[in-house]
Formats: sequence, structure tokens, C-alpha cells
Amino acid sequence: MIRISKRSGISGWLAVLIRVIAVLLALVLCLLLTLLFTGKNPLRVLTEMVGGSFGTTKRLWEFLQRTMLLACIAVGLAPAFKMHFWNVGAEGQMLMGGLGALILMKFAWKLPSLPLLILMALLAIVFGAIWGMIPGFFKAKWNANETLFTLMMNYIAIQIVLYFCTIWEGTLGTVKIGIMNGTSSQPSYHKGWIGEMFTGSFNDNDYMWLVLIVLVVVVAMWAYLRYTKQGYEISVVGDSENTARYAGIRVNRVYVRSMAISGGVCGFAGFLAVSAVSRTLSESTADGRGFTAIIIAWLAHTNPFLMVVFSALYTFMELAGKQMSSAFRLNDYYAKILTGIVLFFVLGCEFFANYKVKISRKPKGGALK
Amino acid sequence: MSGFLNFISSLSTTLTFSITFGTVILFGALGEILTEKGGNLNLGVPGIMYIGAIASLAGALWYEGLGLQSALGFFYPFSCILVCLIFCFGASMLAGLLYSYLTISLRTNQNVTGLTLTIFGTGIANYFGGSLGSVGTVRAAVTSDAMKAYISPLVKWLDGLTDKMNLGSLLFRHGFMVYFAILLAIVLWYFLTKTRTGLSLRAVGENTATADAAGLNINKYKYLSTCIGAGISGLGGCFYVMEYIDGLWETSATIESLGWLAVALVIFATWKPMRCIWGAYLFGLLSWFYFLIPGLFKGSDKIFQMLPYLFTLLVLILVSLRRKPEDQPPASLGKAYFREER
Amino acid sequence: MNMLGGIYFPDEGSIRIEGQDAVIRSPKDSFQYGIGMIHQHFKLVDVFTAAENIVLGLEGDKGKLDRASIRKTVREIAEKYGFDIDPDQKIYDMSVSQKQTVEIVKVLYRGANILILDEPTAVLTPQETDKLFAVMRNMKADGKAIIIITHKLHEVLDVSDRVAVLRKGRYIGDVETAKATQQSLTDMMVGRTVSLNIDRPKAEELSDRLVVKDLTVRDKEGVKKLDNVSFTAMGGEILGIAGVAGSGQKELLEAIAGLQHQEPGSEIRYLSPDGKELLLTGMDPLDIINSGVLLSFVPEDRFGAGLVGSMPIVDNIKLRTYRDHPGFLADRAKAGALADRIVTDLEVVTPDTNRTPIRRLSGGNVQKVLVGREIASNPTVLMTAYAVRGLDINTSYMIYSLLTEQKMKGVAVIYVGEDLDVLLELCDRILVLCGGQISGIVDAKTTTKEEIGLLMTQFRREAQA
Repeated sequence: MIRISKRSGISGWLAVLIRVIAVLLALVLCLLLTLLFTGKNPLRVLTEMVGGSFGTTKRLWEFLQRTMLLACIAVGLAPAFKMHFWNVGAEGQMLMGGLGALILMKFAWKLPSLPLLILMALLAIVFGAIWGMIPGFFKAKWNANETLFTLMMNYIAIQIVLYFCTIWEGTLGTVKIGIMNGTSSQPSYHKGWIGEMFTGSFNDNDYMWLVLIVLVVVVAMWAYLRYTKQGYEISVVGDSENTARYAGIRVNRVYVRSMAISGGVCGFAGFLAVSAVSRTLSESTADGRGFTAIIIAWLAHTNPFLMVVFSALYTFMELAGKQMSSAFRLNDYYAKILTGIVLFFVLGCEFFANYKVKISRKPKGGALK
Repeated sequence: MSGFLNFISSLSTTLTFSITFGTVILFGALGEILTEKGGNLNLGVPGIMYIGAIASLAGALWYEGLGLQSALGFFYPFSCILVCLIFCFGASMLAGLLYSYLTISLRTNQNVTGLTLTIFGTGIANYFGGSLGSVGTVRAAVTSDAMKAYISPLVKWLDGLTDKMNLGSLLFRHGFMVYFAILLAIVLWYFLTKTRTGLSLRAVGENTATADAAGLNINKYKYLSTCIGAGISGLGGCFYVMEYIDGLWETSATIESLGWLAVALVIFATWKPMRCIWGAYLFGLLSWFYFLIPGLFKGSDKIFQMLPYLFTLLVLILVSLRRKPEDQPPASLGKAYFREER
Repeated sequence: MNMLGGIYFPDEGSIRIEGQDAVIRSPKDSFQYGIGMIHQHFKLVDVFTAAENIVLGLEGDKGKLDRASIRKTVREIAEKYGFDIDPDQKIYDMSVSQKQTVEIVKVLYRGANILILDEPTAVLTPQETDKLFAVMRNMKADGKAIIIITHKLHEVLDVSDRVAVLRKGRYIGDVETAKATQQSLTDMMVGRTVSLNIDRPKAEELSDRLVVKDLTVRDKEGVKKLDNVSFTAMGGEILGIAGVAGSGQKELLEAIAGLQHQEPGSEIRYLSPDGKELLLTGMDPLDIINSGVLLSFVPEDRFGAGLVGSMPIVDNIKLRTYRDHPGFLADRAKAGALADRIVTDLEVVTPDTNRTPIRRLSGGNVQKVLVGREIASNPTVLMTAYAVRGLDINTSYMIYSLLTEQKMKGVAVIYVGEDLDVLLELCDRILVLCGGQISGIVDAKTTTKEEIGLLMTQFRREAQA
């Protein structure tokens, strides 16, 4: 007979240990799976796995860029999750942000670089914030189920983006906007691109700005949640709405405000994706990252620094899968299988962090409740 | 006049495509309704539909490769269909089992687990789909053709009868899965509203503690509804592969978007199987509406494809506004249940 | 009663049913012995009909739900005992008394012979109560055993044949109802007066602080929880509030704190020590804070409404102080210092004020933090609900002396309590609530336990159309 009881608390080390074990188990399973599919030397497989993220400088930048972009969205979800508000709409909020950035890139490129970038970021934040506030408002006002609401908002955003991809398509019939401001002969050349500002000359691998900016966002969000009045109110509302009301916190206002912030940061991630990475906008600007970030944010228990760690782990697996698929001629989707496995393991291990499992031979009578 | 004829012909094509997409969405939504009535919000529907799709294709290819055609003769196509469906249902149920184990036994968060399942299912399906050989060349011909078979005299007769309207083609030129989906909706409606087990399942999804106090085995109901629900959702993937793309594989995100439409449809239909039927065709129609009036305005197709989600959102808002209890999501939807916390 | 219902298992002793030892381990076992329990909190599925709820979980005919025959059986039961029930009505459409009917029919449908009703009349109007009693007499005539748990003595006298009196988990005795009077039962319930030696100094000056007039509050279902309550709380005195559980104490304090919607016509007036007057009606807690009224409140449900269980002591102290810091950042230094002071002054035992979630502390320590925090803001009105519930003797006395100290500072203290001995010695005046109405305000120095006991159970019958 198996008896399950809730742990009253868990020491920090045990919590870390359980997760490390889960990740290691998942990695071993991934390794075995790859061996099964390819029949290659395990050492070679391992080399390729690590090589996917750290093999060349270019890959390292790719790793950093993907990690930080993902972390930025996850951090955006932090205030919502801390409030126990299921914002599964990051994908849409990010895309709307990207749209905001792109609009200025397309129509306001005549502005000087710095004001243009700042305005792009601001508009992206506003777009994302609006996309986040709508479900927040309906939750506060009429208690509309936020999971389903934010989920639907994603697809509306995707269709809006696809619409603009159609009407602004670069080459006729492609339904793609194409690289924005990428033609060197035109005066708009590289306007609204972040990368160039750092090195003076543009370098494809230079994601330094993105990494630095997201680091600032991570620290800022951590400080916001920990040290500000609003951050404190979010925690109280998340734990008990009644206590919040008792303390004079207006719960509905906190819902809407926090969702504006959550959506705003996700929108800002959209700005980064457009301005620092893709320089264009399409459905794949988000590429499911909004959903992945939900898993990351959940696993990290709303701690922004842990979000960076989990993002790095996820990106590592993603790039390892990509690298292996190209090295061993597997198909591209191999990466998704591997990341899926790792996520399942890390998710499942939460159970062992939260519950004690005791296996006893005989069912004991008497003490049954 | 010819403009009108063109319109009629594109109307007929549009409606046919709408029914095809509608059926995929209908399967997905029916499975999800069964799951959600038990209190589990499974956001892994797109992943499950992918898994159902690849499993049916792989099963069909494997079985066709056995070369039993001469041995079984007339029954061969039927056996192909059967094998394909068993593979599809089995694999989708396994995906549902994985989700159930994680959310019910290990009590992981349902949203997060569902999303992970979508990532995982998309990966598995496209990985194996891509590995079947070059995409778009290996075809499960016998199974696909058998699935698409229709009664041609009936179609011809009705087409002749309705002249240019082609009502016969529209209504009856589909594989049996189209009608099976409708039948399934009716069966599900009957099960949920008219049977004792259906009543118990709804009680579990509505008020788990009450159901527990009434002596129902909560875990059994949740596991079964989620696994069987996943199996039904998976059939949507099977139908897509066998009917819409002819027993081939393609790497596009269409299944995923149809999967999300299925999740949307559940809300749109306010968890009622019968409403799903017309809702599914409406969603299908909106996906293809641009086909009817090509070039209405640039990008009109994208706007039309947005409408299902927009309608769903409106329904969601209306439902929370009107607070009619019958239209609400199952009250325990998405919540894990621990008896100790009674 | 929860033991008979299968929710708890006895540590010792035995249960005998129809002459045989019975072992009840689960609600299912309890069904099998023919025991049917009707809880105060109904276990019904809202979107189901009455009939659907009645048969839920029964292993009858698998497959089709035979609504016709269920309906028939339900009707038969209804006719036999005189219930008024529509099998096809949805639960969400029902009044509280209809829901209760469904619960009773549910256990009868399952063939229960012993019915246990836990405070069944608490949620009913007098007319509905009469109806229920009629049904109970019919069931009695049919040979069913019925146990009714209630605190309304006139009902006991009205409906029962025998009365068993319990006090604090102890069996006091049982009597034939015919031989009992309201007074004799009250005496058994309240027991002898015990002297507690709580110090009760007299404040030098009394001044009106909180004037409540015609306060009426309804719950979500529209049931009146407070009915035209009027009283004045004075600075420099402890106003005790007595009443059996659920007589409106919670609603009264919450209404004053701005957490309940007050019905039109209600009026709560605040008079500050420096003579300013302010109307609190219609304000929410933030309005009250912003208007400068120093109102402190120790609620009954500590974790559900006054503290954040997952946060450590410091962060819980912040609940009252975080606004004190100007600007965007929340106050930290003040909360930290205050937390240390409370921990030292009130001898709170905790591993770490900054880390350990308060939920993991013992009840007494949790309450010390809560009371300490509420007193620390120098209130002019201090409301406490069951402030010593579940606490040990030492902590209880500490809290009594803290409250008295506040009184001597001129604070208007409102003390909702359940122990009459404490109320008699700690408070200056005692307000008795019964069924949401004030059944009396008495002077604590001159009144007796018996008088209060009678007031608590003297349910005034309202003439309703």
C-alpha cells in the first residue's frame, strides 16, 4: 500500500537535488533514445549535444539569444502567476508587441535611431499591455475564465499578425513581410535594429544588447515583485483574496494592473524578437515561445532568476536536438521530442518535492481517516 | 450567369472543405468535452491529434506492407480501416494516459502538462512523419481510399436531382468518418445526459468532493474520461491525414491550428456535444470562407480565420455575463483534487 | 456526529447499532448501517436536478438513467412524509430550505433509518422550520430515529422526545423533554460559573466611538444575516458580543470593517477622540484607511482573512505597514522592527521571522502576531473575533490583558467570544446576538450566565407575511 502525504516543508538542498536528479534522468533517456535512433557512439552523441549550444561562437550567441528571449517572456508571466492568474496568452501578447514595434520600424524609420528604438519598445509594451488587460478586466469584472480567455486571445493575435503579413508582404505572394529595413541602398537601412548600436558596425551574431536588456528586465521584475507596494499586493492577492480585501487592497484593480504589466513585458519581448533577432514579423516570431515560457515560469515558481536557469536548460535541449538532427540526419522535430521529455520529467518531479511517498507492506487499520 | 455558376461551384467546394475541417474539429472537441466533463482541462489536444495522425498513418503503412490483400480479398479494405483506427485510438489513449498519470496521480498542473503534451506530440508526429521517407511520397493508399469511399450511385442520383447545386456531392461524397463523428456527438450527448455513468462523470467534474462523498471512484472516472477523450480527439488527426491529405504526411501546422480550434469549439458549444456539430461546421466554413469570395479584400482570409476565436471569446464573455449555470465550464475544471483537504 | 457519519474514527469507545457493535470507517460504511447525515453545508451538485442529486453514486441499474422511476420513488417519499419537492428542479434554483429537503430525501431514498440533522434550522425561516418539524414528526411516526443538533431551546422543547446535553465535548446528561424547561436546559448547557480572576479596571472616561444604527446585512443567497442591529461602542470599554455560533457575529464585524455590503438604511457613524464625525457606511477598507480611521480587526478566520499563510511574520506585519513608506517601494524597515518588537514583547516562538511561513507556527504564536500587529497601529477601535480560540491558558490571559490595556488607553474594544465565563469577567457590557438580531445588551458586572444563556437562545419570532 502506498501512502501519500503532503510535505510540510522541504529543505532547499533536497528541492534542488530532486530537480537535478529529474533532469539527469531525462538527459539519460534522451541519450538512450538518440542512441537507439542513430546507433552512434554515445560519446559522439554527447559531444554533439553540448556542441549544439557551445560548439562555436555563433552557436553560443544563438544559445544566449534564445535563452534570454524565452526568459523575458517567462519573466513577463511572473506577476500573473504570482497572482495565481493563468495567463496563457503570452504568445499573443508577444506577437502584438512585435506588431507595435514593426509598425514604427515601417512607418517612422525617419526618426533618429535612439528615439525610434525607444518608441518602438514603448508601443510594443502598450500593445502587449492592452492584450493582457482585456482578459484581466473580464476576470475582474465578470470572473470570466482567464485560462480559456487568454488562450483565445493568442489566436486572434496570430490572425492579426498574419493579416498584416499579407497586406505588407515584401515580395508578392510570399505572405511574408521580409527583412525590414535590410536594403543597404535605402536610407532606412538598419533603422530600428538593435544590434548595430552596440558594435557600431552590424554583426549577425551580436545579441549582446538583447542579453543585457533582458538581464535588466529580470532584475527589475525580481525587484518589483519583492520590494514594491504593487509587488507585495500581487503576492497577497495570489495567496488569499479575502486577506487582500481585509487589508484594503482593491483586488480587481490589482488584476487589471498586473495583467497590463504581464502583457507589457511579453510585448516588450516581442519588440526584442523583432528588433534584435528577426527584423521582421511573422507567426514564427513567437514560434510557440509564449507557450514554452508558461512551462518555464511555472517550474521556476515565479522566481525570475530561476526562469533564466530553466530557459537555459530548455534552450540547451532545443539546440542539442537541432544539432543532432543535422549531424545524424534526423529530422528537425527531434528537438521537440527531447525538450518534451525533459519538461515531463521536471514537471513530474514536482510531485516528489511536494509530497512524501511511503510504501508500507500491509495496509494498517485503525488510523484511517 | 457564368459568374453565378462559378459561385455555385466554389460554394460547393468551400462547403466540402468546410465539412472536412469541421469533422477534424468535431472529433477533437468531442474528445475534449468528455475530458473536461471529468474536470480535466487538457490543453494537449493539438499534440494528441498529431499523435493520432501519425499513429494511424504508421499503422496503415505497416499493415499495408504485410501484403494480406490476396488473403483477405473483399474484407481487406475493412481490415485496413480497422487497423488504422486501432493504432490511432491506442496511441492517442497512451498520450491521454501520460497526461492523466501526470495530472491525476502526480498532481502536476493541468495547463502546463497539456502544453507540454502539445510540444511533445507535435515533435513525435513530425519526427516520425518526416522519417517515413520524403514527405508527401509515401502513401497509405488502400486505407486512405477505403476511408474516403462513398456510395457513388446515391451521390450521382442526388446530384442529378438537384442539378447545379450538387447536393449529393455535398452531403454524401464523404468517407464514413464524417457521419461517424456526428453519430459520436449524439452518443456522447446521450451518455452525458441520459446514463447513470454520464451523470456520475459530470458530478466528478462539477463538484469533486460531493462525488467523492457519494462514493464514486474519482480517479477511475478521471482516468477513463481523459484517456477515452484523448482517443476520440486523436481520431480527428486520423481523419485529417487519411481524408484531407490522402494518406500522406505533410509538415505543416494545420493540425495544430485545428486542434486549438477544437479547444475553442468546446467553449463555443458551452460543453454541449450537440451544439458542437453545427459549431464545428461553422468553424470549418470560416476557415474556408475566403475561398468563396476570393479577393474580397487583401488578407480577408486571415480575418475570416480569426472569427472562430472571436466568436468563442464572445461566447465566453456572454456566458460569464449571463451566469446561466448550464453554460458554465464544469466547476472543478482544472483543479486537482486531494481528499485529505476535506 | 462526524464519527457516526464516518468522517472521523473514534479513538476509544464503541458505537452500537441495533444492539450490535458497529465499525464505521467511511461515509459508505455509515450508509450501510442506515445512518443518514444532513450536514450544514450541503453536498449537492448545483447544475443537477433534485432527482439527479438524489441518485448520484447509487449502484442501481447501470446504463440508462430511469428518470421516470426515480421521479416516482421521490414522489412517494415526498408524499409519505409530507415533503414539498420537485424532482426536476435544479439545485441552483432552490432556496436553502429546498436544498435541505433534497438532502433529507436523498438519505431516505438510500433507506436510512437513523437521521442526523446538524443545526437544520439555522438557515430556515420560522415557517420553513415548522414545515421541517412536521416532516420530522411524520418520520418519527414511521419508526425512524432522528437526532437533531440545535442550540435553539424552544425548538428542542417543541420537537424532541429526549434531550442530551453536551458541553465542551462532554456528555452532561439527558432528560425527557416533557420534564425539561428552557431554564433547566440552559443551566445544564452553561454549567456553574467559574471564577477566572481576570482583572477588570475601570477606564476614567467613556466616550461614544462607534454608533451603529439599523445595520442590516444579507448573504449571497439573500438571507438576512444581520437584522436592524443598533448599538454604540464606547471608547474605554470592552463591549462583549455573545451568541451561539453563526448568529451574525462575523457579519457584524465585517460590516463595520467595510467587508460586507450593508443594506440601505444602515448607518455606521464613527466619532474620533478629537470630536470629528464620519460616516463609515458604504466605505471599503481602503476608504476607511484613507479617511484616517484607526480601525483594527482580528478576524475569526486567521489565514483566510487576516494573514497570508505562505508569508513569514515580517511580510504579514507589512499588511498594515507597507503603505507607510512614501513612493513606489513597500515599507520594509518599519515592518522588520515591528516584527522584532512583537516577537520579543509577546514571546512569539518562531525559527525565523524573515523566512518561516507563518502557517507553520503554532496557533498561539500565529494569534500573538495577528493581535500584536493590530494593536501596534494604535487603533481607536479594536475588534476581535474569537481571539483566544484554540489557544493555551497563558496565551489567552496575555491577550485578555492586552485588550484591557487597550481599553485603558481609551480604545473602543469589541470582543466576540464564545466562553461566557470570560465574557462575564473581561467585558464591561455584553451584547447578545440571536439569529442576526440583538436580543439584549446587559451590564457584565450585574448579569448572570443564565441570563445570557437565555438571551442567546431566545429566538425572536418575526411576523412574516
